[in-house]
Amino acid sequence: MTVTIEHYLVLSAILFIIGAYGVIVRKNLIIVLMSLELMLNASNLAFVAFSNVLGDLTGHIFVIMSITVAAAEVAVGLAFVVTIYTHHETLNIDVLRMLKG
Amino acid sequence: METIIFYVFAATSVIGSLVLVSHKNPVASALSLVLTLFSTAVLFILLLAHFIALIQVLVYAGAIMVLFLFTVMFLNLRDESLRFDAVKVPVKLGILSLLLLISGYFTFIGFKKIPPLNTMVISHPEPFGTVEGVGEVLFSDYLLPFELTSVLIVVAILGVVVIAKRRFD
Repeated sequence: MTVTIEHYLVLSAILFIIGAYGVIVRKNLIIVLMSLELMLNASNLAFVAFSNVLGDLTGHIFVIMSITVAAAEVAVGLAFVVTIYTHHETLNIDVLRMLKG
Repeated sequence: METIIFYVFAATSVIGSLVLVSHKNPVASALSLVLTLFSTAVLFILLLAHFIALIQVLVYAGAIMVLFLFTVMFLNLRDESLRFDAVKVPVKLGILSLLLLISGYFTFIGFKKIPPLNTMVISHPEPFGTVEGVGEVLFSDYLLPFELTSVLIVVAILGVVVIAKRRFD
């Protein structure tokens, strides 16, 4: 019994689902950001798996770009977290509703 | 052998992500995310993506996680973060099963749509996925996106400095 691409795709789907669950259910802003990272990581796994099967390195390039964007996103997101915490004294996303119309 | 490695590290990555979304302490969540990212790096090596695995450990498990841990410890969230997060268990299970259902449906559709290709994980000749192979593609075919990435990072740095310095009143 060898490992096929389906194994990797199913694992990627599972990780993505767990990340989406964390984004929906958790109330802590930092943990929501971490779950977003988990979702990005799962999609990277699918990219690399397809890249291996197709014998094409474009998927690897895409993953490099994705990791760069994730790093930039985390930096900006954590800057927002620090600013929000110093201003509102909480990170509960149910309390933070300034943007609600 | 590869099968055993795959299953072991797939299990650790799933366990790490489950701890990430369920643990109350943000520090434990961050450390379990490190576990997940390391396991995924091992899976990348199994898929012959050596350079991606290296980048994963350096950037994700190194830089990004240090940033997360630094923020968690800087804000000292521990006692406050234990109070909220009060979604009821049936609601949690409902959301999880709904997501599983949707993703299972789309996975089924996707597997039907994939053209019949060789689905075995194959071992390519040497430059595939190494620094040499990826660099050759990155600096010839994808040079413009690579340069645009640097613009993105500069914008992100400037944005972070502006956001973190200003006091919103």
